[in-house]
Parts: sequence; structure tokens; C-alpha cells
Amino acid sequence: MAKGVKARVKVPKTVDAGEIVTLKTLISHKMESGLRKDKDGNKIPQSIINRFTCAFNGNTVIDVKMAAAISTNPYFAFDAVVPEAGEFHFTWYDDDGSIYEEKKSVKIA
Amino acid sequence: MELTRRDTMAIGGAAALTAILPSLSSAAIPVNELIMGVTGGVDAASKGISLTAPEIAENGNTVPISIDAPGAVAITVMAAGNPRPAVATFNFGGGSASQSATTRIRLAGTQDVVAVAEMADGSFATAHQTVKVTIGGCGG
Repeated sequence: MAKGVKARVKVPKTVDAGEIVTLKTLISHKMESGLRKDKDGNKIPQSIINRFTCAFNGNTVIDVKMAAAISTNPYFAFDAVVPEAGEFHFTWYDDDGSIYEEKKSVKIA
Repeated sequence: MELTRRDTMAIGGAAALTAILPSLSSAAIPVNELIMGVTGGVDAASKGISLTAPEIAENGNTVPISIDAPGAVAITVMAAGNPRPAVATFNFGGGSASQSATTRIRLAGTQDVVAVAEMADGSFATAHQTVKVTIGGCGG
């Protein structure tokens, strides 16, 4: 597992039913591209997060397949519709098999 | 050696040439070929998708881009001049409110960023934009 991975998501706590919300996510990860070389000229092996998903009550909002060209600390902003109270479930999949999860519940105002 | 104006010009010219040459010899994959790779040979329309990227990116390590393609089921983003052109593929599910997303990408140098959207009816739309990069984002 990559060190110091911390996921942050920005989700409103309460919304109106059917409201469209913009979600912002950031996860700290160095996203080693596999193209860099260390001091001795050896290639540093690739170590990235290769997939990010977001679902609301099991209903997929977005599913992103990522390559090494995504920047360090991958950031995503996207829109979701909130039909009822429930929970957003964010998941990041690391190259090394680790899975990072974050959950945010949303109430209807 | 005394540096005359003529000498300075010659040196400057040579430096400019060597600066341009590597980017030419690195042979960026033609944008069309990238698009065809995603669509499987089907021609893509140039309407129905927008790609927002800065004209000039000072740092190629984090270039903010936005894509928006109403009615798309998936959007693939590629960087034609990167050592590996694949950037990301966004798949939109039933919970998404708009087929748009914002992220930050790495660009190795000045190049075209390409977005290809696959619409719900199976057609494709594409957009591309040239981004000038001052500092490359792929190490080395």
C-alpha cells in the first residue's frame, strides 16, 4: 500500500430531493508514472490508482479508468443527482491491490 | 572571442532549432489515429462534446481539463504527445446528473489533448485542443 494515502471528498450534507450536486474528490497519492528514473538510472516502477468509482445507493454515478497521465493527487469533480436520502460511496483502486473507500451520507432538507 | 551581434543570432538560431527538433522527432501519434483507436474506425462528429483546457500550461504536471458531452455514456481522454497517450476513460452511470467531469492531467510537452465521447446511440463525438506546455510533466 502506498504510504500516506488520504481521500477527501466534498459532498453537501443536506440537499433538496432531485437536486443536482457537484461532488469534488481528491486523494493524496503520488501516482508514480513508471517513466521516471531514480539517481542510478533505474526506472521507478509504476504505482498509480487505476480506477475510481462513485455510486449513490448502489447506483453508479461515475466510473473512471485512469492511466499514468493523471496528475499526482488525483482530483475529480462531477455532477450527481440526489433523488432521495442516502449515501455516496467513493472507491479508489490502487495498482498494488489496495482499495481506498470513503462514504458520505446525504439528507433531504 | 568577441561576441558580435551576428554570432549571437547564429547561436540563438541554433538553440531554437534544437529546442524544436526533439518535439518533432518524438513523433506524436496523429490525432486521427487516436480517435479511430477508440471508435473502432467509425468517423466521429465534431459536435456535441466540449473539451476545456488551458491554452498555455506553465506546469505540465497538473493541467486542469474539463469535458462535457451531453448524452454520452463514456468519454475517453488522450494526450497525443505523451509517451503513453491514454489518460482516462470516464463512464457515466444512472446517478450522474451531467456527462461532464473535471480533472488534472500530466502532459509531457506541447501537444493536442483529445476527447472522444461515445453517445448512447453508439455514435461518437470528438474534440481536441492544443495545450502549450512550458515544463513537461513526465520526469526526465
